[in-house]
Amino acid sequence: MSETLAAEGWVDACAADAIGRDDMKPFDHGRLTLALYRTAEDQYYATDGICTHEAADLTDGFLMENVIECPRHNGRFDIRTGEALGAPACVNLVTYPVKVENGRVWVKVGGA
Amino acid sequence: MAARDYTINAETIRATDARGLGSAAWYKSPVPRAELKALMQRSDGPALRDTAILVALLLASGVAGYFAWGTWWAVPAFALYGLFYGGSTDSRWHEFGHGTAFKTMRLNNLGYDIASFMIMREPTLWRWSHTRHHTDTIIVGRDPEIPLARPPDIAGILLNIFALKSTWIALRSVVRHAGGRLTEQEATFIPEGERPKVYREARTWLVIYAAILVVALATRSFLPLMYVGPIPTIIGGWFVILCGLTQHAGMAEDVLDHRLNTRTVYMNPFFRFLYLNMNYHIEHHMFPTVPYYALPKLHEAMKADTPPPYPNVLAAYREIIPALIRQTKDPAWHIVRPLPGDAKPFADYQPFANAGSMTGARLQ
Repeated sequence: MSETLAAEGWVDACAADAIGRDDMKPFDHGRLTLALYRTAEDQYYATDGICTHEAADLTDGFLMENVIECPRHNGRFDIRTGEALGAPACVNLVTYPVKVENGRVWVKVGGA
Repeated sequence: MAARDYTINAETIRATDARGLGSAAWYKSPVPRAELKALMQRSDGPALRDTAILVALLLASGVAGYFAWGTWWAVPAFALYGLFYGGSTDSRWHEFGHGTAFKTMRLNNLGYDIASFMIMREPTLWRWSHTRHHTDTIIVGRDPEIPLARPPDIAGILLNIFALKSTWIALRSVVRHAGGRLTEQEATFIPEGERPKVYREARTWLVIYAAILVVALATRSFLPLMYVGPIPTIIGGWFVILCGLTQHAGMAEDVLDHRLNTRTVYMNPFFRFLYLNMNYHIEHHMFPTVPYYALPKLHEAMKADTPPPYPNVLAAYREIIPALIRQTKDPAWHIVRPLPGDAKPFADYQPFANAGSMTGARLQ
């Protein structure tokens, strides 16, 4: 199974339970820094991990339902779509497909 | 040493970047993630309660002023109205701007627009200005909200006890923006895409000011001007500067540690209501995602890693006033706060021997 996923471009990021509910975790892959999210409803999402406004690690911020708030200036993004929800966040985050298979979180990071 | 140059433009941005001071990594006190997460939780309840109390106080003092108009009782009535209108909205503008006061963002945004008008800070301009203040707190050449240059402008401080200098600057700014122009400094922190909003807001404000004047002229009464616009802001100005100066005045510039350029001052419950706990200012700067109603708990969680808080406003001014007087003659001098013995210093921190709360140092 994992070989098949890897062949399809999915990357094994972490154990599913390594991220608490309503919490997040950073994940580095190549030159990319991602933020992996697990919502209170047990949904998993992945976005770029650095705020598009200024370089701040979003996983130090605050996850409110489906919104991540940057720890530095309170810029907010929808983690499902990456949409910037208002100043000072004006540029959307890149999002990545995520799936959970056999207790592992897999992320499709493309050509990183 | 000569007065420092507080100009902000593309060149000063490059220069501070070259010194490693621009958009830098700042020291953060160690607060366990689980505890911080609990403190960051949002609720509409506290801000709804505090807003309802403020509206009730505005109504009570405003109605009292209406019935007392023409008598000397109007003086205390409008002094209170101005305190609630202009004095309390500095902190409302601030908290709603961070988007942390309410859980519901629409309430934060609505509150921000109203409070911005009351305190006379153009919403979009000041949102971006304050964003920069948090990125580069008291970094000369980058931070547009450094409260006092060195040497400090004592006359300006005295004028701002009545919000006279700040109101004059605000009115000029509104007129400039209504005309579609930014200053060179503003252009360094307001993105292109946000500038039309700045101009639109300024024009809206001018229309509101004109409408208030029309009402005053039509009723042949000064009374309407007492309720909305610059006058109640001016009346409440003393509280804005009383609390605002405690935040950073006299402290270090160009350090990447909020414990060295920011104060936490204990205040009485009434001041804390008006000021929405912004007296916990080190805590707010280090962790701006924590809402105002959780700042006392955050303070408890990190106080072992910060300089001792000032016991009250008077104690803070016992330090601030002599420091500002000294800086008029010695602009390079600043207050150095002692870190607790086991506090972790930030990377470039150079502790001073026998540092005490009034210990100072000079920029080299």
